[in-house]
Amino acid sequence: MQEPRNLLPYWLSTPAALAMLAFVALPLVLTLSLSLYPFVPSTGVGEGLTAANYADIAKDEYFHTIFARTFGMALLVTALCVLIGVPEAYVLSRLSSRWRAVSMVVVLGPLLISVVVRTLGWAVLLGNEGVINKSLMALGLITEPIKMMFTFTGVVVALVHVLVPFMVLAVWASLQKVDPATEDAAESLGAGLPTVLTRIVFPQVIPGVLSGGLIVFALAASAFATPAIIGGRRLKVVPTTIYDEFLGNLNWPLGAALAVVLVIVVLAVSLGMNRFVERRWKQVFQ
Amino acid sequence: MSRAAKTPLPLVAFHWGFVIFMLAPLVMVALVSFTDKGYVSMPFDGASWRWYRAIFDASDFVDAFWRSLGLGFAAATIATLLAVPAGMAIAWHRFPGRDAMLGLLLSPLMVPHIVLGIALLRFLTQLGASGTLWGLTAAHTVIVLPYVLRLVVAAATGFDRSVAQAAQSLGASGWTVFRRIELPLVLPGVAGGWLIAFINSFDELTMSIFVASAATQTLPVKMYNHIAHTIDPLLASISTVLIMLTLVLMLVLDRFYGLDRVLSGKT
Repeated sequence: MQEPRNLLPYWLSTPAALAMLAFVALPLVLTLSLSLYPFVPSTGVGEGLTAANYADIAKDEYFHTIFARTFGMALLVTALCVLIGVPEAYVLSRLSSRWRAVSMVVVLGPLLISVVVRTLGWAVLLGNEGVINKSLMALGLITEPIKMMFTFTGVVVALVHVLVPFMVLAVWASLQKVDPATEDAAESLGAGLPTVLTRIVFPQVIPGVLSGGLIVFALAASAFATPAIIGGRRLKVVPTTIYDEFLGNLNWPLGAALAVVLVIVVLAVSLGMNRFVERRWKQVFQ
Repeated sequence: MSRAAKTPLPLVAFHWGFVIFMLAPLVMVALVSFTDKGYVSMPFDGASWRWYRAIFDASDFVDAFWRSLGLGFAAATIATLLAVPAGMAIAWHRFPGRDAMLGLLLSPLMVPHIVLGIALLRFLTQLGASGTLWGLTAAHTVIVLPYVLRLVVAAATGFDRSVAQAAQSLGASGWTVFRRIELPLVLPGVAGGWLIAFINSFDELTMSIFVASAATQTLPVKMYNHIAHTIDPLLASISTVLIMLTLVLMLVLDRFYGLDRVLSGKT
């Protein structure tokens, strides 16, 4: 009786594990090794191991700019998502159950809609001939259209829209565990709403803000569709550069090296954020 | 007690601002799709169904739609068949390597899709399967499997195992216990997981762009390539149809599970 019971869980999970090993782990290892091969323009991937692709990335100003832009963008998007996502999750928790149900669909529903569709919406809004510029000009507030498509600001706004539901979701989950009596106690002791929010509610949901922030940051730094459509060809970020190296220049080894560096930097920044937040708000994590 | 009644005005105003921000781009797409002009514009001086009729003439978009639908069904179904036994093993058994197994099966959630895309492009090219529907199905299966797994594990963890033990002590075989007791109990989680997996496969762009070829473009890839070239009202009408279809699935998910719980992987 002991023997089959011990092996059963392995039999049950082996098919899924094999699929993961074959189609996730193995391809990732192959990508890591691909990044160590030289690029030969005629055949694509050359012979012999080299660190040349990484040296290119480390030396070239062009790549430095792209990495700086990508991570600056990701950090800004994360900060903005915290700024509007945390209050929104709090408001959701205070709505009556009927309004909350409707608001949940509005706030979280977009996660289920293709990112291409959501980004298209921003392209319609932000273009020189777009809705925002046309309305502002019709109102006589501006005479020349404000350039928003193909700008850093445009990409940041669209990315915040795409990613803020993850923040709301994470903070919302955290808020479920907060005892409303702590707020009532603070209020009855004479604390105003701003004090209650910053001193009572916010510190208690820090773990949710942290997990939401890590998700948003990782997704913003590796986002492809939104920077590609709103940012265009000139406002390149790391993911769109990887796309160009792979499908445009056919320099697969360099593209693979860019991907490896992207993953490493995302991991490093995430660990740093995790460390910083856990140290800064030590009590909450105990 | 009704805390809602005393939600302070600034918070309510903020909430409305947030709701408008979330809805604005989607509402714009829907409005633009009713234009009667040949370019992207508001339909206020003439609305028409012109761009909805145009969908039926855009056979490459229609083909891509059916391909994405089939791909979503296949990937979600295979992922469910793989994730249900694995999820039950992880929820009900404590075995050495359990955490590692869970980590491995959830790993696609941690890897950016752009990285998975190039990794699978390279891998499938070496197998000679790049651009094939088989490669695309395998790729979609692994990326949606974690969504099913999370919901199966949550559903299986939630129920009382003594029911299964009771059946066993009354002489039911392992297979009977699984079929008559365990499976029906986790079925709601499985169904929700399948639906979330289907939606994720149907929407996936970043990985598919590398794995699909010109002949196997999924709908999001087809739309992306079209947008990169030109933005026209046809995209808006197709997008509006997608928004409507998603809204239906969304209401189903919200009705039976609660969107917050399905999306964060709890049932």
